[in-house]
Amino acid sequence: MNSVFILIVFLPLVGSLIAGLFGTAAFRRISIDGTPEGHDATSAHQPVAGHEEGHGGGGHGTQSTFPQYLTSGFLVIAALLSWYAFFDVAYGEHTYKVEVMRWIHSGGLAADWTLRVDTLTAVMFVVVTTVSSLVHIYSIGYMSHDPHQARFFSFLSLFTFAMLMLVSADNLLQLFFGWEGVGLASYLLIGFWYDRPSANAAAIKAFIVNRIGDFGFALGIFATYKLFGSIELDTLFSAAPEQVGKTIFFLGGQHDSMTVICLLLFMGAMGKSAQFLLHTWLPDAMEGPTPVSALIHAATMVTAGVFLVARMSPFFELAPDARMAVLLIGSVTAFFAGTVGLVQNDIKRVIAYSTCAQLGYMFAALGVGAYGIGMFHLFTHAFFKALLFLGSGSVIHALDGEQDMRRMGGLYPKLKLTWAMMLIGTLALCGFPLTAGYYSKDAIIEAVASAQGHVAIASLCVALLIVAALFTAFYSWRLMFMTFHGSPRATPEAMSHAHESPPAMMVPLYFLAAGSLFAGLLFAGSFMGEEEGLFWGTSLYRSGDNNILAEMHHVSPYIVAAPMVMLAVGFALAWLFYIRDPAIPKRLAERHEPLYRFLLNAWYFDAIYDALFVRPTLWLGRALWKYGDGRLIDGVGPDGVSARVIDVTQRVIRLQTGYLYHYAFAMLIGVAALVTYYSFTGVH
Amino acid sequence: MTISLGHYLTVAAILLTIGIFGIFLNRKNVIVILMSIELMLLAVNINLVAFSAFLGDLVGQVFALLVLTVAAAEAAIGLAILVTYHRNRGTIAVEDINLMKG
Repeated sequence: MNSVFILIVFLPLVGSLIAGLFGTAAFRRISIDGTPEGHDATSAHQPVAGHEEGHGGGGHGTQSTFPQYLTSGFLVIAALLSWYAFFDVAYGEHTYKVEVMRWIHSGGLAADWTLRVDTLTAVMFVVVTTVSSLVHIYSIGYMSHDPHQARFFSFLSLFTFAMLMLVSADNLLQLFFGWEGVGLASYLLIGFWYDRPSANAAAIKAFIVNRIGDFGFALGIFATYKLFGSIELDTLFSAAPEQVGKTIFFLGGQHDSMTVICLLLFMGAMGKSAQFLLHTWLPDAMEGPTPVSALIHAATMVTAGVFLVARMSPFFELAPDARMAVLLIGSVTAFFAGTVGLVQNDIKRVIAYSTCAQLGYMFAALGVGAYGIGMFHLFTHAFFKALLFLGSGSVIHALDGEQDMRRMGGLYPKLKLTWAMMLIGTLALCGFPLTAGYYSKDAIIEAVASAQGHVAIASLCVALLIVAALFTAFYSWRLMFMTFHGSPRATPEAMSHAHESPPAMMVPLYFLAAGSLFAGLLFAGSFMGEEEGLFWGTSLYRSGDNNILAEMHHVSPYIVAAPMVMLAVGFALAWLFYIRDPAIPKRLAERHEPLYRFLLNAWYFDAIYDALFVRPTLWLGRALWKYGDGRLIDGVGPDGVSARVIDVTQRVIRLQTGYLYHYAFAMLIGVAALVTYYSFTGVH
Repeated sequence: MTISLGHYLTVAAILLTIGIFGIFLNRKNVIVILMSIELMLLAVNINLVAFSAFLGDLVGQVFALLVLTVAAAEAAIGLAILVTYHRNRGTIAVEDINLMKG
């Protein structure tokens, strides 16, 4: 089995390296001319003449296609192996540890590079490699007109590798490595179209906002090492109960140590998973290509925070206050993102806010100690959200890059297959019975409701989550109706060009649709049903008094029925607003103008952050640059010194008249002086 | 009045001084500088010959001949450079020859 895990993790890396090093235009240029050309990046839009032999595909004037097929092939292999490993680990009740290499041994710190494969990791393996391989295949079609495909596929595979490192980490440092690796890949892919200023800005924003979370995460790791003297997960988990009740000095006071650690770790999770307050980067990240949004910003990377909390469940079980924060943040995020999603017009932004909200659901589940349910929602969400993103990508592809839903509508006759796929995704997202979302999302609401006895804020949170379910249903159907139904609002020309996507893009959708339909049905029992204990084994920990799974069967029938009612109401409202009488939304927006603006601008978070942090920071940076660096350091340092040197030399060069007789005179004086000197001192 | 060593040395010193001043005070052209150098070399020669006769050592006179040869060669090369310079820059006025000015 060990070699299987090694293959799963490192095949994407190998694919990424080969595609990135040998597939890019720069390499072909080297191999043709023998010399690299410096201006490759700027001239790469011109078709690259010629091919290296054996790289296959096409003739002159096209890109070689080997990077696409190589990386996709590797990913498909990794995905198949992952499913094999999943059944072996999760249902064979095995756990594995594969030593890859010794990494860091310094003083008391020991961090080896070890793949830790238990059920939690195996689930993530399946999610990551499955979605990633489907996205790779989809991208072959979606990116077929892009001049930089090799770079794109290299980054995609690099991301997959980093994500697999993250989920297979055996110690916190290794986890942090993967954590930063996915952050890097996310940055590279959001800014993939680097000639768009907005894409660059979005990439930088994502990177910086994530750094804020990572700062907390890093502090959490430091605190862990300080308290436990180790960062290895097994050591930590066995030593964690001894830390209960102890305090740590932090931010000027003594605080409960487990709470502090968990909150710091959760801060990292908030950044990566775009939770309330650190969510601002996710909608902007939609600047990246749509497959990237599907893979990174819906299915995998943004769920890393959920994974982290689930992985550290032995810690969070000991910190009820921290879990309460997780619950609150999760519920507020679900509610907040839902409200904003109601009015967005960009098809990808709607889905982005929906992702944000669903992540909130997952955290809410983790917050009440229902780790299995949170992970199950992560698992099902990966399928239907990737499906929705790739489906919207298919729509965007059909309309030549149009993303504004106000210029869509009436596409159903043109894109019947895409419509069917989006419909399945929407049903799953809203929790239509027997689809994937039905099992996981409803379970979360029930779990939170059943925690009302222990957690003070659970009643508030369950209300938020149920309202968020209404929002989810409304904006999902709004998206469907605005895109596919009603009268066409696109230009007649665009409508006549609209076409169904090629098979490379449709086949992945079929797989994801199958996952969206059946993942819940097939796996609900294992993830959160009777076999739950066997399935998760030791990978998730619940303390003795955490009986959330048993209690959630006793919640009131109103709570159980609530999501269904919300689905029906949301659907009805969306139908009323966008099919029956499309004038209603406009009238509502006009009547409640401030509220509409408030929602459209996402609660003005960007504006507030801009005024609070971005502008002061820019001002400070500019001041330090102009005055601190420019005037002070440069003025006194290099510039000042060089100015004085020039002053001196200006005088010295006057000696250099260029007249022969001056030089001769100097020579004579020199000779006379030497002779005089030696005649007085004598020659020795 | 007999002509003694002192007289020879005085003449030589005067010649040398005239040569030196010829270089520095001359603002006109390079040929004068070349002539001044010749003058200084002659002063040296007079010194050599005078001491040779005074000390009865022929080596001094041999040396004087050597200096004459060198002076001839130097004059030839100097004039050749001058001709080339004039051809290239159209002047040999000392004032204009200041390409090495800093």
